Amino acid sequence: MKPVNQKAWLMILPVVLCVAFSAVLPLMTVVNYSVQDIISPERRVFVGTEWFKSVMRDDDLHGALLRQLVYSLSVLLVEIPLGIGLALAMPAKGWRASAVLVLVAISLLIPWNVVGTIWQIYGRADIGLLGATLTRLGFDYDYTGNATHAWLTVLTMDVWHWTPLVALLCYAGLRAIPDAYYQAASIDGASKFAVFRFIQLPKMRGVLMIAVLLRFMDSFMIYTEPFVLTGGGPGNSTTFLSQYLTQKAVGQFDLGPAAAFSLIYFLIILLLCFVLYTWMQRVGTVHEGEQPT
Amino acid sequence: MARIDLDLAHAYRPDPRTDDDYALLPLKMTFDDGGAYALLGPSGCGKTTLLNIVSGLVRPSSGSVRFDGVDVTARTPQQRNIAQVFQFPVIYDTMTVAENLAFPLRNRGVAAARIKERVGRIAEMLELSGQLDARAAGLAADAKQKISLGRGLVREDVSAVLFDEPLTVIDPHLKWQLRRKLKQIHHELRLTLIYVTHDQVEALTFADQVVVMTRGRAVQVGSASDLFERPQHTFVGHFIGSPGMNLLPARRVEGGLEVAGHVVRDAARADAVAGATLLGIRPEYVGVAAAAQPGAVPVRVEQSRDIGTYWLLSARAADGTLIRARLHPQQGVPDAGASVWFVIDGPHTCFYANERLVAQGIPSVVEGALS
Repeated sequence: MKPVNQKAWLMILPVVLCVAFSAVLPLMTVVNYSVQDIISPERRVFVGTEWFKSVMRDDDLHGALLRQLVYSLSVLLVEIPLGIGLALAMPAKGWRASAVLVLVAISLLIPWNVVGTIWQIYGRADIGLLGATLTRLGFDYDYTGNATHAWLTVLTMDVWHWTPLVALLCYAGLRAIPDAYYQAASIDGASKFAVFRFIQLPKMRGVLMIAVLLRFMDSFMIYTEPFVLTGGGPGNSTTFLSQYLTQKAVGQFDLGPAAAFSLIYFLIILLLCFVLYTWMQRVGTVHEGEQPT
Repeated sequence: MARIDLDLAHAYRPDPRTDDDYALLPLKMTFDDGGAYALLGPSGCGKTTLLNIVSGLVRPSSGSVRFDGVDVTARTPQQRNIAQVFQFPVIYDTMTVAENLAFPLRNRGVAAARIKERVGRIAEMLELSGQLDARAAGLAADAKQKISLGRGLVREDVSAVLFDEPLTVIDPHLKWQLRRKLKQIHHELRLTLIYVTHDQVEALTFADQVVVMTRGRAVQVGSASDLFERPQHTFVGHFIGSPGMNLLPARRVEGGLEVAGHVVRDAARADAVAGATLLGIRPEYVGVAAAAQPGAVPVRVEQSRDIGTYWLLSARAADGTLIRARLHPQQGVPDAGASVWFVIDGPHTCFYANERLVAQGIPSVVEGALS
């Protein structure tokens, strides 16, 4: 019989400690908060699922969730096609390819709060290039006062900031397609669209899946840029989930409801990612003709 | 279907100076309508470049490509109406096998009923009928390559079908079958087929005419027996055959022609091959003799191996020259270590100067030439 050596458990101890301190303990603290009413550090009352119930019935939260979903979907609908388009337009080789890669990647290097500040100034009607130009052209552009303008500005800012990521991922996917595919398509008499539809798009499926998931998660957790740009306003028009959560936890110091909500938030992200992932997997493997059952 | 005339050269880099800069040195070649051709040569000899120039994927840096006399140099593969099959399977992942096969026809707006008929026929030919509705992405490599072959053959009106080492990923048994299929298809459809390969057996069994290429040059075009019996270039002698031709340095000396430290030909006859620096003889044609005779050199057998239907002998002359011979078992095969004579000058012996064939066989002696 093989001798059993339990010493190996010692080897994973450092990892267990790291994960405990960085993830498990904070998470458990949040769980702890979510089931108590903390009146003061000395006085706390166990309230069960009360916070969860009240958070679920909160109209402000419903509003923020709806805004968040619309926003994240808009981000995906704009950035994914735009990123694919950019990747297709980027030169494949030579110094131009390197130059374009660097140029495209620049916005990815800018920190979130700086992006917010850039757009805050860029959009100002008095001194901002965008704001002033639009005003001169006769548009009554005002992202601090007009909810639609604020919303569109936040969306445009995200598109500006993150489309390059999608483009770079797609570019990598495109470059990985062997020349033989293009040669075969040209021999088969495929149109440009057919090449895109039957070669490039299917071959980009893997990177597109990563791009969609990354952009979805990131946009679903967006905080810094709208915080700097609009502060969630005007009114509640650009208050997304994370900002709503921060207001509750840090602004009003409602730790119980905030903890309950952050757990729900976490589950929402997990669920949506799972749904997206499964759906994209299926798109790739089930033929269009047959219906998934 | 078309007759294809090439008169071109190609360099991938601009401004080529030396021969090394060329992927294809200037060449003139004609592929007749309905012929089965093979481009044979080692990796990097330019055969795929030549194929891609014919199909229109590569534009030659100088010269022209003509189909039936019409200059098509500037035309795309689609305009030339060429079908090409590549070394590694190319399939459209999201399509079924049938859709893959139909793709070239659909792109050209062929009627649905006609597409169905052609796809059915090709699938039957390639034994893909049972898998027509399967998704192509899930198939094994050889099935995928059969789809690629099918896409190349599905159009009947093509100018030519080009194959770029199409059977590399296919296992040997199926390879045989597919090669026979291709041959059969050629007989049925009379399409012009050009087949690139580095495998001489594949080339010689598939093609009526084989183009042997090396270092960007087409050194000989001929049938299997031409290439075997009269290699026009030392490369052909060395590349075709298993093992290749014995190529032995030859030197004109006082008493005649000296090979491997021994005079194999007297002075009178040696004049017929003046200037030749290499004597070439296929191992199949090397004779074995027990005693000295004209055209023979003394050797010592180093190794004697039974290769199934024949014996392969490796022997060395006194000066270290290696000579191989291929013998029938009935011939009486000398053992390793035996000292025998190898007859290397006979009717099949070729003489080369500057890698080119200059003479073959033994001339009858002209009277009075000895002086």
